[in-house]
Amino acid sequence: MTGKRPKKKNRLESLHERRLFLKRASRLSGGAAILAAGGYLVYSDSPVRRTPEKIHTLPDYRVEPSKMYPIMSIVRGLNVDSMVKQAVDKLGGVSRFIKKGDTVLLKPNVGWDRMPEQAANTGPEVVGAVVGLCRQAGAGRVWVSDVSLNDPRRSFNRSGIEKAVHDAGGEVHICGDSDFVQTDMGGSLLKVWPVSRFFMEADKVINLPIVKHHSLSGCTLSMKNWYGVLGGRRNQLHQDIHTSIVDLANALKPTLTIMDAVRVLKRNGPTGGNPDDVVRENTIIASLDEVALDSYSLGFLGLVPEKIPFLAMAEARQIGQVDWRSLNVSQSQLG
Amino acid sequence: MPGLRAIRRIYAIFFFVLFLFFIFSADFQHLKGYEVSLFLQIDPLTAIAGLLTSHTLYKGLALSLVILIPTLFLGRFFCSWVCPLGVLNQWLSHFANKRRPSEEYVVNNYRPIYRIKYYILTLLLVLSAFGMLQIGIFDPIAVMYRSFTISVLPAFDKIEAGIYLNDPLFNGGIFISALFLLIILANRFLTRFWCRVLCPLGALLGVFSQWSLLRIHRDVEKCTDCSKCLQFCQGGCDPDGELRVSECHVCMNCLEQCPETALHYGLATAKSSVAKPLDINKRRMLETVVGAGFLFPMLRSSISAHASPAPTVIRPPGSLAEEEFLARCIKCAACMRVCPTNVLQPALLETGFEGLWTPILINRQGYCEHHCVLCGQVCPTAAIRPISIEEKIGKKPFEEPIRLGTAFFDRGRCLPWAMQTPCIVCEEVCPTSPKAIWYRSTEVKDRNGKIKLVKQPFVEPTTCIGCGICENQCPVTDKAAIRVTSVGESRSKSNRMILEGKKVV
Repeated sequence: MTGKRPKKKNRLESLHERRLFLKRASRLSGGAAILAAGGYLVYSDSPVRRTPEKIHTLPDYRVEPSKMYPIMSIVRGLNVDSMVKQAVDKLGGVSRFIKKGDTVLLKPNVGWDRMPEQAANTGPEVVGAVVGLCRQAGAGRVWVSDVSLNDPRRSFNRSGIEKAVHDAGGEVHICGDSDFVQTDMGGSLLKVWPVSRFFMEADKVINLPIVKHHSLSGCTLSMKNWYGVLGGRRNQLHQDIHTSIVDLANALKPTLTIMDAVRVLKRNGPTGGNPDDVVRENTIIASLDEVALDSYSLGFLGLVPEKIPFLAMAEARQIGQVDWRSLNVSQSQLG
Repeated sequence: MPGLRAIRRIYAIFFFVLFLFFIFSADFQHLKGYEVSLFLQIDPLTAIAGLLTSHTLYKGLALSLVILIPTLFLGRFFCSWVCPLGVLNQWLSHFANKRRPSEEYVVNNYRPIYRIKYYILTLLLVLSAFGMLQIGIFDPIAVMYRSFTISVLPAFDKIEAGIYLNDPLFNGGIFISALFLLIILANRFLTRFWCRVLCPLGALLGVFSQWSLLRIHRDVEKCTDCSKCLQFCQGGCDPDGELRVSECHVCMNCLEQCPETALHYGLATAKSSVAKPLDINKRRMLETVVGAGFLFPMLRSSISAHASPAPTVIRPPGSLAEEEFLARCIKCAACMRVCPTNVLQPALLETGFEGLWTPILINRQGYCEHHCVLCGQVCPTAAIRPISIEEKIGKKPFEEPIRLGTAFFDRGRCLPWAMQTPCIVCEEVCPTSPKAIWYRSTEVKDRNGKIKLVKQPFVEPTTCIGCGICENQCPVTDKAAIRVTSVGESRSKSNRMILEGKKVV
């Protein structure tokens, strides 16, 4: 730099030059326009911004009905793997339900931080066997998920289900608060509820309940197992438990239901805790009719369908049939 | 061969990464036998203060001798080689501040305010001698563990790091975050402000290192008084003059800076400069001791959980009786880190001032998982004893389960009791067998005189373990219709309501 530098405090403003003036004035006007446009865009006549939340609906996961096969197959035996396979084979084999490349979601009951012998969760052998069957049928991915009541990581781990699923080639998906999407359940009591997003992303869903005692509803069977798809304050559903169960069973139409009645929790349900409350019944039941399945499974708990209101309510909603004896049911014994 | 500074840097990085690994691993998924509380156990301040309050050097705390004994010979190496807070402060001071070398020399001069840490240490140790353990508020390892548990990891997880399934929340967590942020920001004002001015562990190690045989020595003949050694001095310990051994972290930076190789670490030579003794003012020290003597009864004079049982002071399973508990808890929040349900929360003043940031259960946030005993496994001082699942649930050979308190119904809020509405969620989730919550089917009339059959719940106090899952799951969302209070807790002999020996009905 040459020449005299102006003194620090006497430096001269250059904005009097036309070019600079126009440049700055146009920038300021642009900024003002953006501010005004932004204000217009976010303007609202209500104090709460209304962004319509996407409401999902649950797909129907069922396969075509077929007269060739029974509706329900009951298998008694000791080897869980072959019992599960036999039960599904009687209904037409796993290939009838799972196509190559399908994403299959299994929904066992993993509500509690309990060990397998306490029978508060679906048995890990049963879950593992079903994962294995799906893999054999060529399922692309096999997901296992539930919304546990106890700490989910502990529940999946200590129930033995996490290990059984990994060993059989499946994936465990634990639901965090961000894994729920608002879903229209279309029920008489249940309208829009948060549902685990994995149900929106799966092609096929297999329900894997376990037979358990429950004080309020009398029993926890296949239809009650759908509580485990919900987030939110689902414990409020207890205030009308029978309608809730029927609404859930109406909203969730699984590809297949396989009931674990190997170990049955007869008392102190649904948490159990004491091995003395558990009796071995060594039975696996696969069914396409959850009402018939639940109606049959009541026998393990010494209950009769007339005492359990949700069964008749479900039949009235044409979800299934309470009188399982009038259906085509296969019964077999293994080993 | 790498210089001593390079070796120190490798140690610092190693221990900092180890600290991060331990704090990350301290949950149900990753805790696979790792000694995640190792840093808390090797902390000599925890050991000595705990020895004063509990009269025992508990198990792993003996590991602190691994730090203390070498300090006698090698100097205060812990602060720049091992301490995760020291390393963090050092990195922040160094990388986040741009100073001209001339400013560095000024910043790294010794200042009389560095004495404050010795008074803080004295205050805390005198209180400990009286039986009140407050070192946890200022102990750097406890500060790190607590701050990471309550602020840093949850904040980090907000950017989808996937540490938690759901982000944990903590009672008054902002106060813990604020203290941590102040410690961090103080590095702006003065390099390693915390370590030089406030840290009681640094002070303790300073006292132990004052006679150390190995230290930085300055050769008075070679030294040209250029003061370049001050530029990166971490302790502010005057290596250019008479070394203040108690302030020196043996960071070895000065060795590498000296253009004349006038400095060496090791034994004295014939030309080594003398060192300055520990710089504390005896009068101030006496005042601190007297002050602590007055402070102690004042702190004890407020209502606290061990003066009279407090309903909301529900301690983790395996906790010692309140007085013994407070004599050991260093507020490190290791239990809160490992708790799977987020029920363990730092207390504010619920338990009296003495119990600030000690763990209590807040059942609206979580509940005590029936088969979980992780908090006792990670507690470094056994304020929460390490218990087995069998002991917790009262399985043979144990006679009784560990009770945290007892649940009580609020019949004015309970749906079946007050609103003729079916519910008994509490009964469903009750984990004991037989369930502590039972019900009676009762015919009740609603407003219109219509008769309804509802199941009305009761608590059986001899079966209830106070786990709080009923309170946590109660559909009355704000203030539950069933709530646990501490009465009946196993750890207290006096906080009981049921006559001892009364059997389960």
